[in-house]
Amino acid sequence: MTQARSAKSFSHGVHPAEHKQASSALPVERMPFVSLYTLPLSMHLGAPSRPVVQAGDQVRRGQVLAEPSGFVSTTLHSPATGRVVSMDLARHPNGQYVPCMMIEADPFDTQQFEPAEPIDWRALPIDGFIEHVQRAGLVGMGGAAFPTHVKYKLPEGKRCQRLVINGCECEPFLTCDHRLMLERPAAVVRGAEIVASKLGADSATIGVELNKSDAIAAVRHELPADGPIAVQPLKVKYPQGAEKMLIKAMFGVEVPAGKLPLDVDIVVNNVSTMAAITDYFERGQPLVERIVTVAGPGVDRPANLVVPIGTPVREVLQYCKINHEARQVVMGGPMMGMPLASLDVPVLKGTSGLLAFTEAALNHPNEYACIQCGRCLEACGNLLNPSRLARLARAELYDELHQEHVLDCMECGACTFACPSGVPVVHLIRAAKATIRKRGSKDA
Amino acid sequence: MVVIFTAVAIMGGLGIFFGFGLSLAHRFLKVEEDPRLDAVEDLLPGSNCGACGEPGCRAFAENLIEGVHSPSTCSVSTASTIESVAALLGVDPGKQVKRVARLFCAGGLGVARQIADYRGEGSCRAAHLVGGGGKACSWGCLGLADCMVVCDFDAIQMNDQRLPVVDVDRCTACNDCVDVCPRDLFEVMPVTQNLIVQCKAPLEGDQARAVCGVACDGCGRCAQDAPQGLIQMENNLPVVAYDAGGPATPVATHRCPTGAIQWVEGGQFKPSGHPVKEFCLD
Repeated sequence: MTQARSAKSFSHGVHPAEHKQASSALPVERMPFVSLYTLPLSMHLGAPSRPVVQAGDQVRRGQVLAEPSGFVSTTLHSPATGRVVSMDLARHPNGQYVPCMMIEADPFDTQQFEPAEPIDWRALPIDGFIEHVQRAGLVGMGGAAFPTHVKYKLPEGKRCQRLVINGCECEPFLTCDHRLMLERPAAVVRGAEIVASKLGADSATIGVELNKSDAIAAVRHELPADGPIAVQPLKVKYPQGAEKMLIKAMFGVEVPAGKLPLDVDIVVNNVSTMAAITDYFERGQPLVERIVTVAGPGVDRPANLVVPIGTPVREVLQYCKINHEARQVVMGGPMMGMPLASLDVPVLKGTSGLLAFTEAALNHPNEYACIQCGRCLEACGNLLNPSRLARLARAELYDELHQEHVLDCMECGACTFACPSGVPVVHLIRAAKATIRKRGSKDA
Repeated sequence: MVVIFTAVAIMGGLGIFFGFGLSLAHRFLKVEEDPRLDAVEDLLPGSNCGACGEPGCRAFAENLIEGVHSPSTCSVSTASTIESVAALLGVDPGKQVKRVARLFCAGGLGVARQIADYRGEGSCRAAHLVGGGGKACSWGCLGLADCMVVCDFDAIQMNDQRLPVVDVDRCTACNDCVDVCPRDLFEVMPVTQNLIVQCKAPLEGDQARAVCGVACDGCGRCAQDAPQGLIQMENNLPVVAYDAGGPATPVATHRCPTGAIQWVEGGQFKPSGHPVKEFCLD
């Protein structure tokens, strides 16, 4: 009760049905190794990595396959011991063919990871720390896959006052962060400690929604006495896990339009990223696997799986017994996730869930005219006017869209969810944003 | 009664005063304009399509008078219009090769492999963002007709394979379809350039054939058969260099195993063209 009273939130937002009960009680299990892994050289935002091994080379699990090709780029490691089969174009979940590295796993290898000596992070200067994070191949594991080390590079004159650890997991169906906080709370807290101390943050706050009260208790239990780390319970609302909403909910601070959290002296990281930091600095394990929630009415055996990066989606779904009713597979959550055109695409570093939906569960409403009810305005956490943006997008008035701050839209989909007329608001906005970016790159 | 008279007098007085001001402004602040400008603009089609590179027909007319462009730069005007503009200005009409938009994909319905069913906002640009649409080929035409909608001249119609067919006579080479296509499949080229590679997939061999029945599989036979230097293979696709090599002939297309390279006279995708292999799902 006291928790509920102290819970915070932001204004606006929506309340989609949670659907988390199917997988929230299932302990994390490890998926067996498959025979072939496909690793796109660009599964993060930024420049693609540069391969350092060749076809035919033997590689060990965790060995570096590709080096970063710039600062906004990261390292790629082998998810399994085996052989590099080829480097070729292969399908990325976004539908495009991209250069990929194929790794054939050695069926006779134990695939055991040999822990390395812990890295003395306290002794590292900040630049060395950032280099280590880049070498660990860490990206934001909440979905956007932005290279983590770039967030730690504070521009001249900037200071990270507060570190925010995002454990909201506000998307329906997804339970991977929930299970992680429940099963490895110490790793999350340890990672937060490392990052907070290296960035010189005054405080670190782990934000968790109230529907994960057991996770709140588990993480609280691990908190060191009078340390700078705290857990902040949050009301259940979508899109609480969007970093700007989270900052607003926790501190009442608004990140200005077009600015980043760093402009209000805050760095936001996902809980999975924190656990990955701990894995790297304490065991030397780079980002070669992640927890993926496999759920939805289209799978008979929902699960929270530790999946090596690069595992084909088809294999993961077959392991979880995808049934014949499944009609659509979404990578990520149902609100922001990407429907897949092909199952022969790999699990990426940013893949938090694989959801299979049946025809009955799919919601393809008929579209009617906008009745100007304003529900999308009440839903939009960024205080935009989605209905106007959608109409301008249909009319292809790109300068006006720009003036209406279309680029501040985070594409959370709350407006589409709220629309009683079935207007695909966020889809129209996304298409318009893509066109604006394309025109911008042409003009430049 | 007095009120009405006062009102009329005041309004009338104001009218006379401002009218006088306007007439003064017209006399002393007048911008001298070439009288030919209006005449030329009247002759031009007035579609403001931008194909000449100018923002509109009036800007084009200004540049015509200054001699920056020749009358034939306007690709919308008919030959008689160009003649009369040239006669009016007393300049050479110039020579112009008819240019048209060509689609670099022939993978229509039943030919390109379909792996998923896209349901959603019915525009190519929207479908392109959702897992790349339903086609196995991520370079091919999405068939949702953004180009047909954007065309101001009704020059693009979708055929029964859901491929846009450009009407050569109506196309003014304005580039609108080039800009709108999310997969950059259109290119504006002279109508006399007949060798067209109707594929943009840089896949090779079986990988290419697995996604589309008319994909270029990068075998390079066209490059061998064409006159020296005419066709170069880049990224598993033939690139035709019209000014570099010898004369282009249909010979280059004869040994193409998939029909990806075509000798096109007039419009694309004629039923009488090369037989297209039906793509069967395995």
